[in-house]
Amino acid sequence: MRLFTRFIALLLVGGLATLAGAGASGAQTVVGVTPTEIKIGNTNPYSGPASAYGTIGKVIGAYFKKVNDEGGVNGRKINYITLDDQYSPPKTVEMVRRLVEQDQVALLFQTLGTPPNSAIHKYVNQQKVPHLFVATGATKWNDPKAFPWTMGYQPNYQTEGRIYAAYVLKNMPDAKVGILYQNDDYGKDYLKGFEDGLGDAAKKLIVMRQSYEVTDPTIDSQIVNLKNSGANVFFNITIPKFAVQAIKKANDIGWKPLHFLNNVSSSLGTVLKPAGLEASRGLITALYMKEITDPQWKNDKGFTDWVAFMKKYYPEGAMDDQSNAFGYNVAILMTQVLKQCGNDLSRENIMKQAASVKDFELPLLLPGIKVNTSPTDHAPIEQEQLAKFDGEKWALFGEVLDAFRK
Amino acid sequence: MASGSGGETKTAERAAAAARGGLADRPLGVAAVVVVLLIAVSLPFIMSGFRLFQFTQVLTYSIALLGLNLLTGYNGQFSLGHGAFYGIGAYTTAIMIDRWDIGYGWTILVAGIVCLVVGFLFGRPALRLEGLYLALATFSLALAVPQILKYFEHWTGGSQGIVLSKPKAPFGLRLTEDQWLYYLTLAVTIVLFVLAWNLLRGRVGRAIVAIRDNHIAAEAMGINNARYKSVVFGVSAAYTGIAGALSALAIAFVAPDSFNILLSITLLTGIVIGGFATISGAVYGALFVQFVPNWAQDISKAAPWAIFGVFLIVFMYVMPRGIAGFLHLVWIRLTASAVSREQGR
Repeated sequence: MRLFTRFIALLLVGGLATLAGAGASGAQTVVGVTPTEIKIGNTNPYSGPASAYGTIGKVIGAYFKKVNDEGGVNGRKINYITLDDQYSPPKTVEMVRRLVEQDQVALLFQTLGTPPNSAIHKYVNQQKVPHLFVATGATKWNDPKAFPWTMGYQPNYQTEGRIYAAYVLKNMPDAKVGILYQNDDYGKDYLKGFEDGLGDAAKKLIVMRQSYEVTDPTIDSQIVNLKNSGANVFFNITIPKFAVQAIKKANDIGWKPLHFLNNVSSSLGTVLKPAGLEASRGLITALYMKEITDPQWKNDKGFTDWVAFMKKYYPEGAMDDQSNAFGYNVAILMTQVLKQCGNDLSRENIMKQAASVKDFELPLLLPGIKVNTSPTDHAPIEQEQLAKFDGEKWALFGEVLDAFRK
Repeated sequence: MASGSGGETKTAERAAAAARGGLADRPLGVAAVVVVLLIAVSLPFIMSGFRLFQFTQVLTYSIALLGLNLLTGYNGQFSLGHGAFYGIGAYTTAIMIDRWDIGYGWTILVAGIVCLVVGFLFGRPALRLEGLYLALATFSLALAVPQILKYFEHWTGGSQGIVLSKPKAPFGLRLTEDQWLYYLTLAVTIVLFVLAWNLLRGRVGRAIVAIRDNHIAAEAMGINNARYKSVVFGVSAAYTGIAGALSALAIAFVAPDSFNILLSITLLTGIVIGGFATISGAVYGALFVQFVPNWAQDISKAAPWAIFGVFLIVFMYVMPRGIAGFLHLVWIRLTASAVSREQGR
């Protein structure tokens, strides 16, 4: 046994000595690019609790197939490698390291979820891999000073919360506001944006805050409490399942406040129809995308193009799932960045081009909403427009609001 | 899975007998361990950062599986909740480093102690529960912990989790972070495996197995069932907690989503596939749970879990006693035929 221990020790020392001799190799800047292809890496939850989002990863793949069928970008085909991370951060780390170190992708695109992206945030910035258009509404992805290789995509939750606050201050200065929120970062981000937007008036205007856990079976008692508080404005920060319950319950007990419904649950198909179109009349939300289940876009060019695309390249995808519109939009933005890169597909240039998108319109964004980035602005979409549900569709009103241009 | 069937008892006896024999009686067994260790030590010179990271994961899994096997395999207490201890260990390390800036080496130890205490306290009332009922009680633990973590947001960072920095190699060693973490994890793994082996081959080990096989007989022989069972629960939780702590360092991030119910089930899968009530089975099980889901995904993106299920069924059909049991059987056949050839029969 002693001999054996000594042997191991010897081996360790020998090994370490060899290692000490080896120097670090210089970092390459052009990775994952050949004259005929560019490798793009992605993680999505294809299994596990968040697998409903997995369709985003699939529709992106379908769009890149369309790009490739049409000749690729500047003569290069997109080799899209998407892996299942089950929405589990350790798995994301493993899969992203595989993409970066083994598959040698040029960039990471649309990795999905706040916790998974938090787990790889530092790593990708140390490795200097472009980490583009991440699929999460958290606010922290727009931090180009500390994390120059990471970039967000959709309007973040705080921005949206501020937009509702501005509306309340302007139109109902002596409102009594009741809030229902999901007790996690998503809910708290909205709450913070809303409270920050109200500023000093928050203390006076907000009469009640109620929260729920994502695992709760119902939120009926919270709705009853909110009604009893005498609130005449209701800010409803809930995911679709609970949004349906909240709209129904408020209607059942005859509570008719001015009802702000967060964008997360603005889908006609999955929220308003199940909750009842009549009960949903008068809801206000902030939108940045065209709701694909909304009849007003039936003859819109962006929408009909998307329908044609879905039929040809992703026939198994659901036509009433907004995620399929979301993935289509963001894949078009990615393709645009690659086009802008021209023939210089170094990681530095990919990042530089991603940070110089100017007034770019995506087919399923609301008219007037444009993508803008700069080296100091890693939040591509920062505009939204308010809409009121008229019993049939979201009727847009007012102008396009920009959270950072007041 | 009721314990006490003839086959299981016999295997346990054989295993216990084998464990009782000293190293000197089994030169080939020792040689096998040496070869495995040699491979383990030289891996960092063969593999790139990503692959090495995967093997660091294998090592942490094998510690957790060994812990669970102590409880479930050897002592017959079913746990569907070990992911909870894995999470508690990981968070202990993360909070100590993040809030108090304590050296990561100490945090691993503390994670073990915290889980030992939590496991012991949970094991105490759980004594009244047997078999499936205990499995359900532990299941509730696995369900509760991720939510409890979110509740203490001030400490745990809520569902955003805590981001850590990877520890750098000390003493001016010229190792990359991945290599250093691998060696650290390997060292802890070796220590914990030797401890478990030592524990199980002696009087204590026999008592633990006796309680599983027939707790009334064990009691009649003067074994304090209650004490043994709760201590084993504590030790098992401590192993799993240390594994969690090491994984927190390797991944440099903890979040409630990392410790969902799937983790607990994965651990149970690992010990069954690796080999119930075997020490080496923890390593085989760890290799399985780390790599097979990835292969399943490479085979089919559309239905990776269906493929994984097929793998599971095939393994259980071909190797009903797990990989360790299968290898043991092969080993006996080989040596037996070698002996008979030597004797000219």
